[in-house]
Amino acid sequence: MISMRNAGRICAHALAGLALALSSVGGMAKSKDADKPVWKEDPYPSTYRPYAGEATAIVGATVFDGAGNRIDDGVVLLRDGKVLQVGDARTPVPANFRTVDGKGKFVTPGVIDIHSHLGVYPSPGVEAHQDGNEATAPTTPQVWAEHSVWPQDPGFSRALVNGGVTSLQILPGSANLMGGRSVVLKNVYSRTVQGMKFPGAPYGLKMACGENPKRVYGAKGQMPSTRMGNFAVDRQTWIRAVEYKKKRDAGKLEERDLAMDTLADVIAGKILVQNHCYRADEMAQVIDMSKEFGYKVSAFHHAVEAYKIADLLKENDICAAIWADWWGFKMEAFDGIPENAAMLQNAGACVIIHSDDEYGIQRLNQEAAKAQASGKRMGIVIPDEQVIRWFTLNPAKALGIDKWAGSLAEGKMGDVVLWNGNPLSVYSRPEKVWVDGALLYDARDRTRRPVSDFELGMPGEGDVK
Amino acid sequence: MNARHLFRAGLALFAASVSASAIAQTAGGDFAIVNATVAIGDGSAPIQGGTVVVRAGKIVAAGAGVAVPAGVRTIDGTGKWVTPGLVVAVTDLGLLDAGGVDESNDEVAEKAGFNAALDVSAAIDPDSQQVAVNRAAGVTRAAVAPLAGNAIFAGQGAIIDLGADARPVTRPRAFQYIELGERGAALAGGSRVAAQAVLRNALREAGEFDRRNTAKTPARIGGGKAAPVSTGDDIPLDPRMSPVAQGQSQDALLTHFDAAALVPVVTGRQPLYVHVDRASDIRSVLALRQEFPALRLVIVGAAEGWRVANELAAAKVPVLAQALTDLPGRFETLSATQSNVGRMMAAGVKVGLGGFYDLDQPRYAPQYAGNLGAVARMPGATGLTWGQALASITSIPAEIIGEGDRIGSLKPGRAGDVVIWDGDPLELSTGVVEIYVDGVLQHLVNHQTRLRERYRRPQEGALPKAYE
Repeated sequence: MISMRNAGRICAHALAGLALALSSVGGMAKSKDADKPVWKEDPYPSTYRPYAGEATAIVGATVFDGAGNRIDDGVVLLRDGKVLQVGDARTPVPANFRTVDGKGKFVTPGVIDIHSHLGVYPSPGVEAHQDGNEATAPTTPQVWAEHSVWPQDPGFSRALVNGGVTSLQILPGSANLMGGRSVVLKNVYSRTVQGMKFPGAPYGLKMACGENPKRVYGAKGQMPSTRMGNFAVDRQTWIRAVEYKKKRDAGKLEERDLAMDTLADVIAGKILVQNHCYRADEMAQVIDMSKEFGYKVSAFHHAVEAYKIADLLKENDICAAIWADWWGFKMEAFDGIPENAAMLQNAGACVIIHSDDEYGIQRLNQEAAKAQASGKRMGIVIPDEQVIRWFTLNPAKALGIDKWAGSLAEGKMGDVVLWNGNPLSVYSRPEKVWVDGALLYDARDRTRRPVSDFELGMPGEGDVK
Repeated sequence: MNARHLFRAGLALFAASVSASAIAQTAGGDFAIVNATVAIGDGSAPIQGGTVVVRAGKIVAAGAGVAVPAGVRTIDGTGKWVTPGLVVAVTDLGLLDAGGVDESNDEVAEKAGFNAALDVSAAIDPDSQQVAVNRAAGVTRAAVAPLAGNAIFAGQGAIIDLGADARPVTRPRAFQYIELGERGAALAGGSRVAAQAVLRNALREAGEFDRRNTAKTPARIGGGKAAPVSTGDDIPLDPRMSPVAQGQSQDALLTHFDAAALVPVVTGRQPLYVHVDRASDIRSVLALRQEFPALRLVIVGAAEGWRVANELAAAKVPVLAQALTDLPGRFETLSATQSNVGRMMAAGVKVGLGGFYDLDQPRYAPQYAGNLGAVARMPGATGLTWGQALASITSIPAEIIGEGDRIGSLKPGRAGDVVIWDGDPLELSTGVVEIYVDGVLQHLVNHQTRLRERYRRPQEGALPKAYE
């Protein structure tokens, strides 16, 4: 925390921050007084740059564009790291494009996982690696997940090669009511976390309701130990945040507060709330709390009871980020049903399939397929091309990155998966994965298979996984 | 705690469960499924246009060209697939209602006064929603094992059926389950070294217990001929540390109850399931048979099993492995790969899928097996054929748990555990149409299906949802 005694300078910095927020420009705040410390809007900026790719044409595959469309015998053109064009068989392939034969295969946008703890709970899961929960106070909005991410987690490679994951949100855990800032990453190994950060992606705030926070702090004999305690601590914290933001907006801050900065940015709509919440009744309460303090929930994560309030979620434009069929692993998951996703979709609500798991992230496509099938058995038929949205465009929207990723639209990032069969089949796997147009996985080329630092020189290095 | 009192109580439970399983013979109705795609479950490819005949609760015939006896109810299987019921080995099914709800959870006993003697058979609850939900997914049989909580010995597992009736246990005390590896090290006091000492001492004490209490056959300690003990240097192993020691030991770290429970293990009458993952840990387990030649070992886990596949095959020790472990989640799983099961099977190891705990619930078995079919299509990887994949969740685990001649396939004489599916049972889009256990049609209603019906329309009507 930077303590600033000069109230006049605070004012300037706070205004500079506000101006930046309004103009949506990152980078260093301009100070009239160059030798004074400044309040950086983006102090740990992304250094990610796309890797070299060649102009590529994937020809003859069934294309699911992520936005709900299906093109049989399609053509996908990638150039300069971007999607150049997506069309049917008549689409001309320009000269000098490397052609990939997609006959009998399927193309989707890169898979996006909105809920991962890769890097903050990496493999191996030894005590020294437990960096996901700052479980020392029930609200810690001052912590940033990116400061815990270990970029050498072997899990990133498995998510890429088996799951086709090209972007993912790394969240703090759910021990705390307010767990801290999330970070959105491109799934590309780098020496630094900054080298993985998704350029321009907004931050998220991880919040949690229900059993976990009250259990963790109740066990320590402190508040919250009940669900009502959860809400009381949340509300008291939001009251502070609202006051802080008022002062910040007015240039009247006496001292900068890292935790309040995050919450003020949530109220300002710059940071998106990603809210772990299982039960329908609690989600409804959280919606009211968000209105009480003027913020918006982007998505309820683990929302196993979302189907009970599909109408409410639709009305409030909140996505349900869910597993397909996890059930019965804790009390608040006892009413989970495998038809959850289909019933939400049927009600017009936004569905996201998420993992929260280093194994689940390797099979988001399969989880979506199971959810689709459960819907079909109760009479809700959802076509494949709509189901693909659940792990591409819908998470991109809830992360605020849909301008750049999540679908195969012209000008978007060239994040593409070529599957060796329909991705909604258990027998299909990614064959090639491009990230920003660069071929970063090829099942047929051992040199296009990432191996993390951790695995070097150890049994299994470079093996098929 | 009064150990003597508990010992008596345990004996009473023992007697009760024996009589219960003796009467657990319920004949089902006769029926035949015709014109279906039939998969026997023994590793063979599915048969188009096949027939399955069940009479008196048992499989009479299955395959192509099977005649349907006169008067037998016939089910049209057009467009359907038929398989044996799924057999899930090593799971906590029936021991809990919801994970994390300690009040009703019987899978682990961290503060118990006993360990090896713990016997899950009396605690299995056939009315648990976990049983109902997994049954509705096609699981008809399971080997239920407790989790280790206070010692490397978790206790004794049971074989159950998932039929919706009052008698789930078909074989109590079917095996002893122990932890070695990292978890065992922690339970034994902090190291693998300690875990090995705890195990060997326990087996030695069990042998002595057996000898003291079996006057007629004092020579069968260890269950067979002792192998020469080699310590690898010039200091011989003290004979009192040997299982064939003739003198009476003065120490007894085990309670009588626990020692008695390990007698069938050391004498080879009850299999010993050992959870280890690291290649070197697997080798250490195989080496135990040099000292305790009667041990009937089953390895559970074996994430690095592919690296010792030839040794496992030579030792004829079967493996219950998780299909998709491919991360170095612990240092003991550094070389984990989804090719593990395929490589072990190719080397001649008997491998079934196993280890269905926590979020890896038994109902996921077909998805896991199907993924091994996907692995088979990947360059450089080793997966399973479709037939092998189905066998890895039916006949192979049935054989490993010692029930191969009773369940796990559609061969004649096997129990009438039959699942009718609306497609390829390993495919994600496929669901269960009908399930039979011992020839008895099972209902598929459970907490989840009831919730689904109540919330088909989320809005409340004229009365609250609680009235629907």
